[in-house]
Parts: sequence; C-alpha cells; structure tokens
Amino acid sequence: MRGRLIRRLFGSLMTGATYGAAALAILPLAVILAMLLVKGAGSLDWNFFTKSAVPFGDSGGGFAHAIVGTLIIVGLACAVGVPVGVGIGVFLAEFGGGRLGFAIRFIADVLNGVPSIVIGIFAWTWLVKPMGHFSALAGGAALGMILVPILARTTEEMVRLVPNSLREAALALGYQRWRTSLQVVVRSAAAGIVTGCLVAVARVAGETAPLLFTALGNQFFSTRVQGPMAALPLQVYVYALGPYDEWHRQAWAGALVLIMLVLVLSLVARTVVRAKRQHA
Amino acid sequence: MTDIPATALEPQLAPKPTAEERWRALRTVSRGDLIYRSVLTVLAMLLPLLVLLIAVELVANAMPAVSKFGVGFLAHSTWDPVRGEFGALPLIFGTLYSSLVALVIAVPLALGCAIFLTEFSPRWLRTPVATLIELLAAVPSVIYGLWGIFVLIPLLRDHIWPVARHVLDKLPIFSGVFYGPSVLAAGVILAVMVLPYITAVAREVLLAVPPSQREAGLALGATRWETVTTVILPYGRAGIIGAVILGLGRALGETMAVTMVIGNRHEVSASLLQPGYTMAAAIANEFSEAVSDMHLAALFMVGAVLFLITILANTLARVLVWRVARGSAVGSTAI
Amino acid sequence: MTKRIIGLLAVAAGSLWLARGAAAQETVRLNGAGATFPQPIYQKWVLEYHTLHPNIEINYQGIGSGGGIRQFTDHTVDFGASDGPMTDAQIQAVNGDVLHFPTVLGSVVPTYNIPGVSAQLKFTGDVLAGIWLGQITKWNDSRITAINPGVSLPDQDIVVAHRSDGSGTTYIWTDYLSKVSPEWKQQVGMGTSVNWPVGLGGQGNPGVANIVKQTPGAIGYVELIYAIQNHIGYGLVRNSAGNYIEASLATTTNAAAGAVANLDPNTDFRISITNSDGAQAYPIASFTWLLLPKQMTDAAKARALLDFVWWALHGGQQYNEGLAYAKLPARVVQLEEQHLKSITVNGQPVLPANYRGR
Repeated sequence: MRGRLIRRLFGSLMTGATYGAAALAILPLAVILAMLLVKGAGSLDWNFFTKSAVPFGDSGGGFAHAIVGTLIIVGLACAVGVPVGVGIGVFLAEFGGGRLGFAIRFIADVLNGVPSIVIGIFAWTWLVKPMGHFSALAGGAALGMILVPILARTTEEMVRLVPNSLREAALALGYQRWRTSLQVVVRSAAAGIVTGCLVAVARVAGETAPLLFTALGNQFFSTRVQGPMAALPLQVYVYALGPYDEWHRQAWAGALVLIMLVLVLSLVARTVVRAKRQHA
Repeated sequence: MTDIPATALEPQLAPKPTAEERWRALRTVSRGDLIYRSVLTVLAMLLPLLVLLIAVELVANAMPAVSKFGVGFLAHSTWDPVRGEFGALPLIFGTLYSSLVALVIAVPLALGCAIFLTEFSPRWLRTPVATLIELLAAVPSVIYGLWGIFVLIPLLRDHIWPVARHVLDKLPIFSGVFYGPSVLAAGVILAVMVLPYITAVAREVLLAVPPSQREAGLALGATRWETVTTVILPYGRAGIIGAVILGLGRALGETMAVTMVIGNRHEVSASLLQPGYTMAAAIANEFSEAVSDMHLAALFMVGAVLFLITILANTLARVLVWRVARGSAVGSTAI
Repeated sequence: MTKRIIGLLAVAAGSLWLARGAAAQETVRLNGAGATFPQPIYQKWVLEYHTLHPNIEINYQGIGSGGGIRQFTDHTVDFGASDGPMTDAQIQAVNGDVLHFPTVLGSVVPTYNIPGVSAQLKFTGDVLAGIWLGQITKWNDSRITAINPGVSLPDQDIVVAHRSDGSGTTYIWTDYLSKVSPEWKQQVGMGTSVNWPVGLGGQGNPGVANIVKQTPGAIGYVELIYAIQNHIGYGLVRNSAGNYIEASLATTTNAAAGAVANLDPNTDFRISITNSDGAQAYPIASFTWLLLPKQMTDAAKARALLDFVWWALHGGQQYNEGLAYAKLPARVVQLEEQHLKSITVNGQPVLPANYRGR
C-alpha cells in the first residue's frame, strides 16, 4: 500500500517537474520578448517600415531596405534550400537504409555543426570572388547551404514517423513506389515537414555572420539580387555595435520586427497546415 | 481413336510464367520509380560534395599554419597575432566545455518539455506551449547575446552566485572570482538555443510511440510517470539521441551569442566561472580584421579543427546510439 | 474576375519594374568596405552626397580593417578603408596599385568604473601599460595614487577589459602603448589583435563599455565618439610634453598638426600620430584611411568615386565634429588633392588639373 502511494506521489512530483520544465523553457522567451517590446516598440513608426537609412542627425530614417532585403535573401535561400533539403530528407527516409544513407546522414549532422561564418567565408570564395562583387544571390546561397542539412534531418525524422502500414496499404492498392512516397507518405508527414521548415527558416532569417561576406549590406534600398543588399540581422548588428543611441533604438526595433516576422510566418504556415489537415 | 494432345484442347494462353519469372516480376521497378530515386540520390550527393568543397577550402587556406605549427597547434595556448604564434588549445577546450554544459542543462529540460507536451499537458495548452518553445529557435543569436549581457550575466553574478557560492565555491569547477562573462553564462545561453531543436524532435519521437505500448504499461500497473520512464522513453531512445545530436551540432557551431557572454579569453580553466573562448567565436571575432596571412591561416586551421571535432563528436554519438538502440524501435534506423 | 485582377497586377508590376530599370540607367553604384571606426561618418557622407547627387549610390559597410584590405586586394569592392595603413607586403600584393587617403581623425580614451570615485583620473603611458600588462592590479597602487593626489582610491582589484574582435581601436591603443612602454612593445606589440596578458574580451565598443559599466573596478578603452555619445566618463592621459590632456576634437586635431608640420610632399600618408608633439596634443589619436587604386578601368565609376572623395575631404568635413570625429588639418588635405589628381583611368587622369570639386 505504502509503496503505491509513494510511487503515485513521485509521479505527481515528476508531472509537476515537467510543468516546471516547460515554464522554465518559455521563461527566456518571455523575458526576451518583453525586453524587445520595452526597448523597441517605441521606435516603431511608419517611417521605420517605409524609409531606408538617412544620414545620422536627420530624423525619419527607417529599416525598409533591411526588411525588404531580408525577405528577398531568405526567399532566395528557401528557393534553393527547401527543395534540396526536403528532397534529401525524403531520400534518407525512403532509401536511406544502407551505407549511402548512413554516410549522408552523418554528413548532414556534421554540416549542422559548421559555424555559419565558415559557410559565409566559403560562399565568398566560391561565389563573391569569382563574380567580382558582393550580392544578395551569394547571401541567399550561403543561407541556403545552412538550411539544407537542418531540413534534411528534420524532414527525415518526420517522414520516418509515418507508419509503415500506410506505405504498405498504398503499395497493396497498386501505387508505384514513387507515388506512394510522394502522394501518401510525404503528404501525411507534410505538417511535420512544414514545422521543420519553419524552425530552420527562422534560424536562418536571423543569421548575420554568413551575410557579412556575401550580401555585405547596403544603406540604399535595393532589389537588385546581383548587388549588395541590406538585411535585418546585419543592420541590427551594425547599429547595436555603433555609438549612437539613435542607432541603438533602431536596432531594438529592428530586432523586434525580425521576431515578429518569424512569428507571423510561423502562425500563417500553421493555419495553412491545419486547414489542409481538415480537408484531407 | 487418335490421341488429341491435351495441350491442343486448352485455350491459347500465354505460356505459364515460371517461378523464376514470377519472382522477377515482383521486383521490377517502374520507370517512374527509377527517375524518382535518381533525382533524390543526386540531391543527396550534393551534401558530400558540399562537405568536400568546404574541407578543401579550409585545409587549403590553413596550409601556411599547418606547415608552421603542425599538430602542436592543438596543444599550445599562446595566441599571438603580432608575433605570429598560434595555439588553439583554449579554443578547443572552451568549445567542448561550453557545449557539454549546454547539453547537461538542455537535455533534461528538453525531455521534460517533450514529455510534458505529449503526456501531461492539458489539450488546450499543448499548441501554445509547443509554439512558444519553437519560437526560441527563431530568436537571432545577436538577441540572445544582448539578453545574456543585460539579463543573464547580472542575474548570475549579482543574485544567484552570492547565494550559491556558500555551497558551491568549494568545488574546483566553481572556483575563482566571478566577473560575469564566463563559460557558465555561455553554457546557459547555448542550452536555451539548443532546447527547441531537441524538444521538437523528441516530441515527435514520443508521439510516434504506439498507444498500445503506453496502455500496456498502464495495464501492468505502472503510474503514468513510470510508463514514461520504463516504456515510452526506452522505446524512443535512439530517436531522442538523434535529437540530442542535432542540438550538439548547433551548440558546437554557435557564434554570436557565445562571444558576447563568454569573456573571450584564450585560456584553459576548469572553473565554469572563468572566461573562456570557443573556436567559432574566435573565427567570427578575428576573421574580418585579420591582417597578416599567418593569422588568417591560423583561423582557417581553427575552422578545420572545428570541422574535425564535429566529425568526431558525431561519430562518438553514433557509436553510442548503435549500442543503445538495439531494442528500441523508433528512429533506430536513424543511425 | 480573378484572372482580370491578376492580369492587371502583372501589367502594373511589369511597368513598375521597367520604370525602375529606366531610372536605374543613369545610376552609378560604388561599393566600399573596411574599417568600422569611421563607419558612422562614411555612411553620413555617402548619404549626404547622395542627396546632392541622386544618381550616385555609394554603399559603405564596416566589415573590419583587415576585411577592407582583403576585399580591396581581391577587387570585390571599388575602394577599401582601414584604421591601420597597409603593410609593405600587402602593398606588394596589389603591385603597388594603392593610394592611402586619410579622411578623419579619431581618438581612444581610457574609461573606468570605480565605486565611490567620480573624479576624472589621470593616467600616464607607464601606468596604462602596467595595468594592461597585469602588473598594476589594484586601484590604490602607488603608481596610480602618485599621479592622482587628491583622489581617494579604494583597495579594489582592477578588472581589465579589451576588445575580443580585431579592431582599429586596438591598433591605435597598442600603437600608443608600444611607443610609451618598451616592455609592452617587447612583450605584446601592436596590431588589430594582440595576445592580451590579462583581461576580459568584449565585442565591439559596446562590449568593452558594458564590461566596464557592469563590473565594479573595471577599466577599458573605447573610441572617443563612443564615450561622448554614451556619456561615459574617461580619464586624462599625459602626452609627450608632460601635460595631462583630456581627449576632445581640438586636442585630437592638435595631435595631427604636430605630426604633419614636417610632412614630406611625397608622403604616402602612412603615418602614426600617437604620442605626437604638441603641448595640447592628445596622445592616443590616429588617422583612418581610404584605400583607392592608382589605376582604374571604369571611367564613370572612377569619376564618381573621385568626385566623392574630393567632396569628403572638403565639404564633407563639416559633418565631422557633429559625429565626434576631428577634422583634417588643411595641409594634409592639400597634399591629398595632389594624390587624387594622380589617379588615372585607362591612362588618362580622372580629374582635370584645375579641378575644384563638385
């Protein structure tokens, strides 16, 4: 009797501990968001979103060039990184049982540990230097290279979780292997894959180091992908390390916008996935 | 009466397939399958190609430093750009030490969160909490660094340590004066940054455990918590380790946030309270301004060493998974 | 209906895109990268210049002096910028195809945080070297109290802060310490990154400033502009004439004046002005340089670039003091004009001999 009571008490204690773990995990986020809101919300005005940099001392400047720049560069990264990363993930889940799969998986994990600045330097050597100038394309490529291994692993995990019975049922119905894979397995893992994409894109959108030597940054508003382009994290970093209070205020505001951007991306994608689930 | 051959009376069918042919027919793949597999394989081969190119890049640029310092580079602690003497021991030590601290903190927390989300959380709380934890991954490194400087370090130095020191400062890992920027601060921040990855994957792994397993545990009289520890976690063991490896990779390569709170000191110290340095932070800090070719080569060599350490850490983890995963089902082929 | 809307949007987008393309035809775009020390003033200049000449977009990004030199050497930028002049070896790497142009002056100041002490402390080169060498470890050390007679300094550990990232600020600081302390020169030397004997490394000026602000007993070095903008207190430093000088725009310009009084007209401007002569010269000051190629190939870009640099040396200087950079002495500007006129594109000088600026 006593034994059972102790076990149940212990169980309740550990349940409480997991509540505590979740709370503790969220706490830094709450503090950070609060910090950003307090320090940055006040600097968000119409100018911030519509105007680009103005000479120091003039008012009315903003981060428009950086916001648009980030959208373009991250868009480029996704255009390259998402198909390749998800493709590799599906490969690993579907055909990755043997030695090749083992090797690719291992390599993806190694790539996940490469500091983003090394990727940036690499992209500089292979893209910027041959082209002769900095560009948003090189920046997008560098970010894409960071996206791919993360996406590969998360996609693999998600696709692998689809029960084999689903696969077998499709095959039994006469679906060819590739159709089974694409239309049945990957489709049912879609929600998980999208979640993985969001986590990866969010990470990549906030990267500064790889952009230092590829997109370089730009004071001017630009949509030319063959030239240097501003980006939110770069601009935040530069302004945060600068001497002026004005710059610091804008840096906080920029950081807030960056997080909000990702939050919105997250929520939109989640809603889309939920709607799809209900239709399916 | 002439014998009519039996075969003449049978309808004109195609000759019956032999057992050999029937077996072969089952194993034939269609054209579509071939194309599908080829395309995916080509994509997959891009990864080794990328790694090869990066490795070549790092090693080629590191050659001047390699020929000058050789393996001694890994054992020496002097980092003198003016004199052209470089030793990466403090960097290697700091990277491993801070990542270890990060995992020690993050893995229990992440598992706790994953278990919370899959087992104990009320339904309405599940999505908000999961979303919030995933958002931790969205916070840029720079912001974590700022949070570290303005919130974490003052908290540790001015509030937690003065209380904890009465108990802890006898231990060598808590020795010395605590100024704030330290391996401990870096480890805590890394833990926060790594947590969402481990949690996200661990959660999916736990969700994949069949309800029958859970019910079997409960039916045998285990409490909910006991079911978790004795049935569910072991079932998903290998996948969870895979999640931890993903987190480790992130910790090893993290740059910005670490450099803002670790104190950036080329020194090996057992104490968590002392400043340290990591390979990624050193590269990020010094690359832009490195003026001499030897300094640059030394930084590339650090990059190559980091690459190597990542490979070693992953190999070690794989061996661990292989030994541990025999018996668990979920993610066991994720080795 | 939807198709119509999409069609209209496509036409609108297409026209906008074309219009953008048309306007872009005349725009000259230049890219420069390098030192972060002068980044604020360079970025101010390029934006002001852009309002004067809307078809010229000059993008400058601070990626570090070393980065600036490297990008310049690899021809991925049109001009570079550095807080330390290129070495002979680096100039050889570009086959001598570089000219250095000082643009502004800056200084570095010692900043500290001692509980209970609000007075402005005095430092000598020896004392600063001693602190950063780790030899002077307490605030009430006799070497510090001797030069600060009226101030009561506590028996507190000195926590030293320095830059973890390579930086021109460190270059200036260590250049000064090497000049005033043979021991420093021998043990540590000068550079954008050095082997610091003691101390915590902070990233960027804010990193060092934060360490100082948040650690009782800390001392660090930051750019003057940073100290002024963030209202950080800093100490006085004794110059070669024996006077304790507070860093300011005036004392910084004095430092340059002393060094350029005897400037050879054939100078390449790669001169250090730390610890220079002059009764009222601040001893920890320096030029920062733009790196331009001697021979360029694109006529439109060459002209735009040189127009801009000329303007920066003349009209642009009016913005220096507002951002806490000191102006260049007139003699230096004069000599630079000659150098600018010597730059050629496809064999021909870019600027006419009687050029007066634009």
